[in-house]
Formats: sequence, C-alpha cells, structure tokens
Amino acid sequence: MSTATPEAAGASDVPIIEISNLNKWFGAFHVLRDISLSVAAQERVVICGPSGSGKSTLIRCINRLEDHQEGSIVVDGTPLTRNIKNIDLVRRDIGMVFQQFNLFPHLTILQNCTLGPIWVRKMPRQAAEEIALKFLERVQILDQSAKYPGQLSGGQQQRAAIARALCMEPRVMLFDEPTSALDPEMIKEVLDVMTGLAESGMTMLIVSHEMGFAAQVADRMIFMDDGQIVEENTPDAFFNNPQSDRTKLFLSQILRH
Amino acid sequence: MFFRDQSEMLPPRAAPITEVGLVGWLRINLFSSYANAALTLVSLTLLLLVVPPFIDWVLIKAQFSGDSGEACSGIGACWAWVDQRLGQFFYGFYPAEAHWRVNVTAILLVPAILYVLVDNLPGAKFGRWYSYVYPLLAAYLLVGGFGLEVIQTDKFGGFMLNMVVGLTGIVLSLPIGVLLALGRQSRLPVIRLLCIAFIEAVRGVPLITLLFVAIVLLQLFLPPQVSLDQLLRVIIMVTLFASAYMAEVVRGGLQAIPKGQIEGAQAVGLGYWQTMRLIVLPQALRISIPGIVNTFIGLFKDTTLVIIIGLFDLLGHARLLQTNPDWIGDVDHEAYLFSAAVFFLVCFLMSRYSVSLEKQLSKDRH
Repeated sequence: MSTATPEAAGASDVPIIEISNLNKWFGAFHVLRDISLSVAAQERVVICGPSGSGKSTLIRCINRLEDHQEGSIVVDGTPLTRNIKNIDLVRRDIGMVFQQFNLFPHLTILQNCTLGPIWVRKMPRQAAEEIALKFLERVQILDQSAKYPGQLSGGQQQRAAIARALCMEPRVMLFDEPTSALDPEMIKEVLDVMTGLAESGMTMLIVSHEMGFAAQVADRMIFMDDGQIVEENTPDAFFNNPQSDRTKLFLSQILRH
Repeated sequence: MFFRDQSEMLPPRAAPITEVGLVGWLRINLFSSYANAALTLVSLTLLLLVVPPFIDWVLIKAQFSGDSGEACSGIGACWAWVDQRLGQFFYGFYPAEAHWRVNVTAILLVPAILYVLVDNLPGAKFGRWYSYVYPLLAAYLLVGGFGLEVIQTDKFGGFMLNMVVGLTGIVLSLPIGVLLALGRQSRLPVIRLLCIAFIEAVRGVPLITLLFVAIVLLQLFLPPQVSLDQLLRVIIMVTLFASAYMAEVVRGGLQAIPKGQIEGAQAVGLGYWQTMRLIVLPQALRISIPGIVNTFIGLFKDTTLVIIIGLFDLLGHARLLQTNPDWIGDVDHEAYLFSAAVFFLVCFLMSRYSVSLEKQLSKDRH
C-alpha cells in the first residue's frame, strides 16, 4: 500500500523532473499557480483532483504540449524553453498516454508503434518492428498488430497507445486520465498493463481517479485544486489521514460510490 | 386445444415477383409511390421525345464526308469536317512534321499517370521516379532544344494545349494549395497574413482578370529585357488561381483533424513537418478528395480561357471552324458538341476516379 514496495526502495534520489515556481495562464485565467514538484527516477506519482484543477495542464507542460509563462521545468537535465532542440530532446525522453488514445487512424497498430522509432530515432524499419512487436506482446495485443485502430476495442486501443509510447523507450511516462474514456469492463486491462509497467521500474506521472489503482502503485499522491498542489503525501497517509479539508471533501465525494 | 404438431418443416419459398427480379427492381426504383410513378412516366416521355431525334440527327441522318459545308444536307449533323480538321482540334498549329512529339508525349503520359493513381503496380518504386521526371521529359519533347527543333509555345493549340495547361496546373496547384493552407494556420503572423492576403486576393478576382494582368500589366513590372513566355504566364496564373481554391479545400480538411492527432504526434517526438506529412495531411487530404477533384475539374475547364491571349485551344478551334468560309453556318452545333464531349470525357474520368479512390480508402480503414 505504501512506499514499502521493492521498486520504490530502488528509486534514486536524483530528480528526473524538476518543476519550480511554475505559473501558467490561459488568457486571463491563472490555471497553474506557483507549482513546484520534483520527481525522482523510478518514482510513481499519482495526481488527482476535481476537474478544472489544472492536473492535466500540469503534466501537459512537462512535455511542452502546453507552454508556461513563469517558472522552470527541467527534464533529465534539459530545461524546457522555447528552444525547439530542447523540446525535441525532452519529448524523446517522455512517453505520453492520452484520455482519447490519440492513435493515428490511418495507420495500422504496428505502424503506429514504429512511426516514432523510424522517424525520430532514425531506426531501420526492421529493428523498429522488432521493438514494436515486443511491446505489443507485453500489452497483450500482438495479434492485433495488423489492424487499424478503428477495428479495436477501447481497452485494446489504449493498450496500443501505451505500447506506442513505450516503443520510444522513454525514461518517463505521463498518463492523462488513461481510463476515463473507457467502458467499465475495459478499465482493468489497461490498469493491469500500467501496474506491470510500474513494477518494471518505469518513472510514471499519472493523472487518474482510479483510487484503488493509485493506492496500489503510487509512491506519492498529489491532490490539486484551483491550480495548486493542495496536498502531497504517501498513499497510506493520503487515503487514511488526509490533512486538508479540500482533500477530505474530494475523497469523500469520489470514494462514496 | 393449444396443442400443435407440425410434422413437416416448411421449405423456403421463392420471393414474390414484386420483390425480386425485373419486376421487383422496377417497383422499388421507379414505381415505389404514385408520385414516383408519375415522375417516371414524365421522364420516360421526355427521353422518348429527345433521345431518338438526337440520335437520328447526330448519327443516322448525319453527313460524314465532303470538302465543305455544301456537302451537308442540313437535315442531319455535319461531320464532314472531321477528317480534315481533327488534327487541328488536337494539335492546333503545332507543325505537322512534329506531331509525333505530341503523340510520344501523350503515350508517355499514360504510365506517368498510372503510377501516381494506382497502387501496387509492378516496378512501383521506379515508376514513382518516372512520374516525377515526366514533366521535364514532356516539356523537352514539346518545346524542343538540345537537338530537337525548338517549337515556340504560340504554336501550341487544340486539345493538347488544354492538356498542357490543365495538367501543369493540376500537378502544381495541389502542393502550392497545401502549403498555403498550412501557412494560413501558421502560428507565425507574417506567414499567416501573407497566405490569407494571397488566398483572398486571388479568390476575389475573376480568373480572366488575372490573365489580363499576366498579359498586359506584368510586363510593366518586369525589366524590359525580361520577357516571360505568354503560355508560361497563363500557366502560372491558372495555377495560382487554382491554388487559392485548393488552399481553402485543404483547410477544410485540416480543420476536421482532431487536435489530439497533432498532440499524439508531438508526444511521440515528431517535428512540425513530420507531423504534417505523416499524420495530418494523409487524413486531411483523404477527407478533401471530393473538393480537390472538384477544383481540378474547374481548373481543367478554365484552360479554355487561353483564348484571351490569342491561343486557340480545342474550343478556340471549334470557333475557328465555324468562321471558316467553307463551313460557315453549317457546323456550329457540331463543333461545340464535339468540344463538349471531349471535355466531358476527361472531367467525368476524373470524377469517377475520385469516387473509386474514396471507396477504396474507406474500405482500407474499417
């Protein structure tokens, strides 16, 4: 339940993501307020909070799908600035899984997976396909590799999206509500894949409302509201002894049913 | 009382004739309601009134030989001009001893088009390159130089002129249109404004005005020793005109692509041009196929406007024929009908290709 898993013990103290005093506005709306967060290699951080609290925006800033106005984000030693070279470097190190999968519908599952390795890592096609097949097997959709995304179920599509991100052999994986768009019976298969990934020692930042899953894999829980980090704690303390009133309210609302 | 025992199962029976076969087809397609039946009868009457007399005029009572309009009776169509003038309709005033160059260009065009339009032909890899090189080859054959006698572009004419202007415009307007559409969505204000200004300026002016500008005004802005070939000016203007329309068609396709597709590509690490080429454009262009082909067809028909710079395309030669003393007054309908048929054939083929492409692409995906 807590940080006592063997992988967590192996988590190093070197931060792989270092965010300090991050501020972001959408027009006049102050969406991220003075966020500082440091994530160690092999650490699993689950971020939760009510909708509109800025949690998705926060992780989208980490691979620069959103830019920020103040503060700094350093990923694996590379500061995120307007410099396109740095952005490219950071994106190579970070894999991302979206709520809506964002698979490319005009490419087969295999082609979805080999696109990055071939065009970004400049890998020969054959080597890229070997890697892709390895990860498709790991997420257990090897038999779907020749199909197009539209022919797969939601759960299969999300697992394909995870495989696509893994094919770039990233050092960090970002998950933006990966199960929110899934039918209930498909959530487990995606969470199982993510649990396996956590056990293999991947650094993960997960925005999710799956509290059972969070309690199981997280090293650290973060609760955000109104663009701020309201509470940050071990899962054990977070679920059993939340400190702030907002956290208590949120947990009571989300855990009641 | 409620007991039932059906000892023999019923075999399937043939459907009633109102549902299948000829009668069924007629019922479903032509006589499904009173209103439809009435419309069918009206249409049939109209067809009966129009088609037999037309065929009678165009073929049965038509005159196919003779040296001048006097040979024609006037009851049927006069096709006597065809064997003298067909060459002019297709080659214009291109020198007769060089007609073979046009023919070779036309024959070489067939594989160049096929390799672009049809997938999985044998030798596809070589074929693609051939298609890229073909325009240079065609230009060399038609214009000459390097050992071939040079033929000035003012000798170009007839349907060959329509094909030269039309195909060049089609080949160039799509990539230029795509770039304009991307530029119109650019985050860089200078590029965006330039693209918007170009698109709106060109779309807001009739093509014929642009052609006058190209012919009359352009020389005022160029240094006197520079003289752009007249045909080249027309090709440039027709291409730019079609590009502006193409840009708007493609923009429609681009806007239909969800933002998540671009984010997915960025998250994988693809740069802007890779994202556009590998992810966005293949999907956007697929959606835009009907509009793209529509623009192509419009462009092809606009090639008849070369007449305003004194070049005679297919339609121009049809008009020339009508004013020829030997034929004056006897061939007005026939010459136009012939031109219309040729244009229709080409445009209809384009339209059918676009339909089959759409079908094929939607089959691939699901």
